[in-house]
Amino acid sequence: MDSVVEMTGVVKRFGAVTALDGLDFEVAAGEVHGFLGPNGSGKSTTLRLLLGLLRSSAGSIRVLGLDPWHDVAALHRRLAYVPGDVALWPNLTGGEVIDLLGRLQGVHDRARRDRLLELFELDPSKKSRTYSKGNRQKVALVAALATDAELFLLDEPTSGLDPLMEDAFRGCVRELRAQGRTVVLSSHILSEAEALSDRVSIIRAGKVVETGPLEQLRHLTRTSVTADLAAVPPGLDVLPGVHDVVVTNHRVTAQVEPAGLGPFLDALTSAGLQSLTSQPPTLEDLFLRHYGDISAGDAAAAVGTTTGRSGVPRPGLPGDGGRRSRDA
Amino acid sequence: MRETLAGTGVMIRLGLRRDRWLLPFWIAGFALISYSTAVAGAELYPELGSRVEAATALNATASMVALFGRIYDPTSIGALSLIKYTAFMTAILAVLMAILVVRHTRADEESGRLELLGGGRLGRDAPLASALTISLGANLALGLLSAAALTAGGLPSSGSLAFGLGWAATGMAFSAVAGVAAQVTASARAATGFSIGFIAVTYALRAVGDLAEPGPSVLSWLSPIGWNQQIRAFAGDRWWVLALPAALCLVLVPAAFALRAARDLGAGLRAERPGPSAGSLAGVWDLAVRLQYRLLLAWSVAFVLFGVVIGSLVSNVGELLNSPNAQDLIRRIGGQAALTDAFLAAEISIMGVLAAAYGVSAANHLRSEEASGHTEALLGTATTRIRWAASHFAFALAGVTVLLLLAGVSIGAGAASAVGDAALVGRSTVAALAQVPAAWVLAGVALAVFGWAPRLAGMVWVFLLALVALGEFGVLWNAPEWLMELSPFRHSPLLPVDSGAVPALAALTVAAAALAALGFAGWRRRDLTA
Ligand SMILES: Nc1ncnc2c1ncn2[C@@H]1O[C@H](COP(=O)(O)OP(=O)(O)O)[C@@H](O)[C@H]1O
Ligand SMILES: [Mg+2]
Repeated sequence: MDSVVEMTGVVKRFGAVTALDGLDFEVAAGEVHGFLGPNGSGKSTTLRLLLGLLRSSAGSIRVLGLDPWHDVAALHRRLAYVPGDVALWPNLTGGEVIDLLGRLQGVHDRARRDRLLELFELDPSKKSRTYSKGNRQKVALVAALATDAELFLLDEPTSGLDPLMEDAFRGCVRELRAQGRTVVLSSHILSEAEALSDRVSIIRAGKVVETGPLEQLRHLTRTSVTADLAAVPPGLDVLPGVHDVVVTNHRVTAQVEPAGLGPFLDALTSAGLQSLTSQPPTLEDLFLRHYGDISAGDAAAAVGTTTGRSGVPRPGLPGDGGRRSRDA
Repeated sequence: MRETLAGTGVMIRLGLRRDRWLLPFWIAGFALISYSTAVAGAELYPELGSRVEAATALNATASMVALFGRIYDPTSIGALSLIKYTAFMTAILAVLMAILVVRHTRADEESGRLELLGGGRLGRDAPLASALTISLGANLALGLLSAAALTAGGLPSSGSLAFGLGWAATGMAFSAVAGVAAQVTASARAATGFSIGFIAVTYALRAVGDLAEPGPSVLSWLSPIGWNQQIRAFAGDRWWVLALPAALCLVLVPAAFALRAARDLGAGLRAERPGPSAGSLAGVWDLAVRLQYRLLLAWSVAFVLFGVVIGSLVSNVGELLNSPNAQDLIRRIGGQAALTDAFLAAEISIMGVLAAAYGVSAANHLRSEEASGHTEALLGTATTRIRWAASHFAFALAGVTVLLLLAGVSIGAGAASAVGDAALVGRSTVAALAQVPAAWVLAGVALAVFGWAPRLAGMVWVFLLALVALGEFGVLWNAPEWLMELSPFRHSPLLPVDSGAVPALAALTVAAAALAALGFAGWRRRDLTA
């Protein structure tokens, strides 16, 4: 069996709100799959449907070949879940919660648990009430990672973790992949999924709008560069992979694809580079650029980008972003 | 305005919006009850003679005095009509106000809502200040509307005002108590528990104080509920007594703010101690026990103490034999049985209602666990929904049974030692256990609501209070028979319980089981909702 998760045409309505609107989502066995989307796009709803915590309004869902609504116990023995909002019993210690969840899961590996506690620098003897958000997140992560699951569903697993702990978490995910397990991790931060995922799916307003290996979606990952130069050379805008070049006096801003970064920086350096800031694109930038709806489209037009027809997702091709220069 | 109070206005508006159904419902409820009682009282006791007779009989009946207090002017129609309202309904009002204050302070803190708002321009004291302001407004509205309703119902306006202000002042005093409790305890549940415990103690204090001859003794004066009775509305209207709850507020409110300043958001005054770093909880049942045993323990202690005290009052019943009216009254409350039995039956049926209240609170753990997000983590494991829900529900059923067993034994022991008849222990234990199925029905209602309309979990309390009010005052209000028959408590057999009670007990058990099945079915097919 290749597909661990298969969702086709899934609709989920909450009263008048349509959270998922014909969602197709597929995760292959053994991959780390990034599930990306801005807040409110339906990531948590999707994961809860995969767990049978919610019931779909339409469409079909298979997880590990099972129906998550009917085969709950059989399915859940084979997967581990970290909720987006980790809420713990204030009176129980972190260690008690981890052990309880582990036993309910059916697997209880003390050695692995202790190793994870050390890795995440978590004191298990503290009452949950006193934990910070990051520490609550760690409790849920340790409980999930200590299991023997085939499939890990992690809803924004690094929210609240400091960078050091994020590193530890990435190490764990790589370990899981090396063991052939499947991991779905949702995020609204592009760079996070980028660092870990074999493939990503991008969800917007309840629909998956892009899916594929990250290299294929390179056009999504343009870095925003701002540089102050001694003198701005001509022809920056015709460099390959460089988009949206805007020049104001001695300052250049541009959106650059990963492959275009080297030549672009070379050109800047030889033009007398005085200061440089670069920013990975935020998901919001990305949506503005690629999947703009009417209002986002207007905003995008204002910054000099072409967009697809309103409301219609348009697969972006490298280099076809609106190119403009020296319009300031 | 002080920095720490910044945002109080916003919080007040937010609170009023959140309670836009609850508060008008409570206020209108109290005013309506006041009105109908005033009207009914005038019909029930049209002449002076019948009034004096009833008042004298009540004052001579120890259990009535303990439960409701004394009538200080036997000729007063107002004092007689409202006898059950100066203590009993006041305690209900106090519980509601405590819930209100905790809901807007500690519970919000726990859910993280306040942290969210605190990031904006919200001062440290704003939540407490807004909660107390809302409850002050609610108490005043409730008191003044009730006063107007009593006057409209035909009672003297001066007494009506004294009565209404008594409710308002007492309600506010308990709001202030809850405000303090919300600061010293470590969780919303503990704060509510502490407040309700405090209310129960003040109720018991005045019960003992009122029983003293000649009553009331100093104990009644130690209790805010006792103060409310000592205002003696319609029986002298002693306005100066209103200064006592006002003074208590003037002490407690600043104390609550001082305590708030002394602790961090989300923390109690006492620092947390570390606990075990490894867990021994093996499953959802262990977890339910762990989360619930404290509450059951507290109720058990209260049940035993209360049971022994009211059980021992049985010796006073004999003194009433020369008062035919008292005999008649007791018989009507307890069914056509011997006086001792009737007395014990009345006490035991009260314990049955209290046990049902415990059952609702235990079963409502399901909803609070779900709403706080704990259930999501549990159901992500191999645990099934039904197994999890069954754990809390089973604890509720078992808890109800334990409480009524304790009630029966302690009432029986109290009574047996008072009259020297050991057989009373067995009789009252059987009678108390016969109240179990009705209490289970209420737990079943809570589960059914959880399964089908989880956001209405709080309404189960309103339902229970409505049943209690219907049972207490239904005849007074001329409620239709079929409506009164709906209450499970009406079908609980009274002492002495014999084999004739089996059909009713079986029917109640079946009803509880049906409600539970309904609840599980709903829970199995609905979404998890925060
Ligand atoms: N229980 C619910 N009731 C009503 N609306 C909901 C509920 N859960 C989620 N939604 C709505 O569904 C949409 C998707 O939410 P969610 O899946 O939580 O998004 P994400 O996790 O991507 O931030 C949002 O518009 C949210 O308001
Ligand atoms: Mg989410």
